[in-house]
Amino acid sequence: MPVRDALNIALEEEFIRDERVFLIGEEVAQYNGAYKVSKGLLDKFGPKRVIDTPITEAGFAGLAVGAALSGLRPICEFMTFNFSMQAIDHVVNSAAKILYMSGGTVTCPIVFRGPNGSAAGVAAQHSQDYSAWYGAIPGLKVVSPWDSEDAKGLLKAAIRDPNPVVVLENELQYGVSFPMSQEAMSQDFILPIGKAKIVREGKDVTIVSHSRSINYCLEAAEKLHSEEGISSEIINLRSIRPLDVNAIVNSVKKTNHLVAVEAGFPQFGVGSEICAIAMETEAFDYLDAPVERITCADIPTPYAENLENLSFPNTDVIVKVVKRTLYRKK
Amino acid sequence: KLPESSFKTYKCDPPSLDIEVTKDELLRLYKEMAVMRRMETAADGLYKSKMIRGFCHLCTGQEAVAVGMEAAITEDDAIITAYRCHGFTYVRGGTIHSILAELMGRKAGISRGKGGSMHMFSKNFYGGNGIVGAQVPVGTGVAFTQKYLEKKNATFILYGDGAANQGQVFEAFNMAKLWDLPAIFVCENNFFGMGTAAGRSSANAQYYTRGQYIPGLQVNGMDVLAVKQACSWAKNWTTNDQGPLVLEMVTYRYGGHSMSDPGTSYRTREEIQHMRSTKDPITGLRQRILELGFSTDDEIKKLEKEARAVVEEAVAEAQKEPQPDESEIFTNIYAKGTEPPIIRGREREEFAVMNQ
Repeated sequence: MPVRDALNIALEEEFIRDERVFLIGEEVAQYNGAYKVSKGLLDKFGPKRVIDTPITEAGFAGLAVGAALSGLRPICEFMTFNFSMQAIDHVVNSAAKILYMSGGTVTCPIVFRGPNGSAAGVAAQHSQDYSAWYGAIPGLKVVSPWDSEDAKGLLKAAIRDPNPVVVLENELQYGVSFPMSQEAMSQDFILPIGKAKIVREGKDVTIVSHSRSINYCLEAAEKLHSEEGISSEIINLRSIRPLDVNAIVNSVKKTNHLVAVEAGFPQFGVGSEICAIAMETEAFDYLDAPVERITCADIPTPYAENLENLSFPNTDVIVKVVKRTLYRKK
Repeated sequence: KLPESSFKTYKCDPPSLDIEVTKDELLRLYKEMAVMRRMETAADGLYKSKMIRGFCHLCTGQEAVAVGMEAAITEDDAIITAYRCHGFTYVRGGTIHSILAELMGRKAGISRGKGGSMHMFSKNFYGGNGIVGAQVPVGTGVAFTQKYLEKKNATFILYGDGAANQGQVFEAFNMAKLWDLPAIFVCENNFFGMGTAAGRSSANAQYYTRGQYIPGLQVNGMDVLAVKQACSWAKNWTTNDQGPLVLEMVTYRYGGHSMSDPGTSYRTREEIQHMRSTKDPITGLRQRILELGFSTDDEIKKLEKEARAVVEEAVAEAQKEPQPDESEIFTNIYAKGTEPPIIRGREREEFAVMNQ
């Protein structure tokens, strides 16, 4: 099942489960979603619950927050997270902080979702990863699904969560198909926010990643295994905030090597946070080499294909860095 | 009967100038405004004696807006405003004790000491927002909920003449009109956004006309009865599915923008004194009560004395309240039972283990 369909089913199931749930954003209704994630929902649930907005991010994100404060369960779609910067004040200041500022008296159960991260050939303004931006904010939960099970289980968990949750989907993953387990097909399939998943077990090195970069980690692990006999353990974070620290520490205890892979900017990123975890926990005592970070290059995303390819993590870079951390020859 | 000058209209007929009020109601409105002014005066004093920290924006001079609005609506209608929120918190059911305790950062504060001056909430009162203009789309969302749940209620969304130029205000106008939400946008025009006079910030300072496609009404915001009449009319308008409105309450703040602003560098002391002596909402209502023969000067003095006593007692009691327990630093970040397992403090040995 493609990731897009998994998201669509998650939305439909939660619409049926709770009348207070509605979807609001640009082109979500009549156009069936800019990326077709909300396809068919208008026909099934009508214009009261699937609402096209004007192009007005600050306005509709703020409106969705107000609806959440007063008893509804809005799902606010950003056509891409790049446009969420127009509305970031409402995500950070209006939604994330209100429970604390009100001494626990006002809740804000809202989901902000949409495609995030690097896309193909759209240059700097439409191609970047916001994990670190939203992951920094107390009061927000932030999830970043990779495959179809992640997409369905995390989106449903986000909709049912009583806190503001940011769901960072990946545009280039929407059309990618993954198997769905029997369990994941159930309408009660929920993945716990804050728990990572080991998507490949191994004993020589821990590779921590999320979202689309997992594809490259898996390819790299296969290559490292067949060419070098290296056994990689891959952790799919699933959740950026809270971060599953135990999953990382426990894996490092086993492998003694840690590589973080992400498509975000290097400075102050998810990889930086993973390095901090390695320094501040008992993982430090188990490391046989410094933690390595693989990130997006520290540049605005270029348009030209060759330059773009050099900007983001891929299989070859991961293979190279894993070998380096294990002191293997190039 | 209200004076002819109470209202100016934009694309609508004005509310009636005939208003029926009982003696009891007039006296109650008077007392509420008197208590509110006393409360803000107390806050002023507590701030100057360093019992209140940070920002503190007082509504002295603007009492008629909150009191008149509350008199026109029910507790199922909603209000949202910006950071000048103590008065609205009081009319929305917040006790003076809980407001002053919040200002002093005490456990008994209305937000348990975690919000302070700008972040107070109560039933159907959504704050208390510290970001200029942000409350306007948020309040539009509250109106969206009222329509979604098919309730015959309205949301009053307040913002100042300074915030009136925020882009998101116009974004909210647009959606409210597109979807006919029961949103009543209320510009509290006190003539200054911080120290910038309305004419220096707004190409059109007739704020009641700035909804363009939304009808508007300018109201004498220094007359509590005109405010009440306008808000009753507005609620009736929106709950009859006629869509949103833009009200402009012409009012005046006697103090500075906040406690750090003496309020005299961008206007003259004479101007403030003139407003106080000719337009004051409390003095104005007193004159009306006396003219109507509803009460005597002595009885009103007694009301004033009561208002002072109520606030003085609340000040004394609130000062005795303890600060929040230190363990509260890590609570209310996430809804109870949905927290991450551990929340970090300043260094790795400072943290809270959350019960899940």
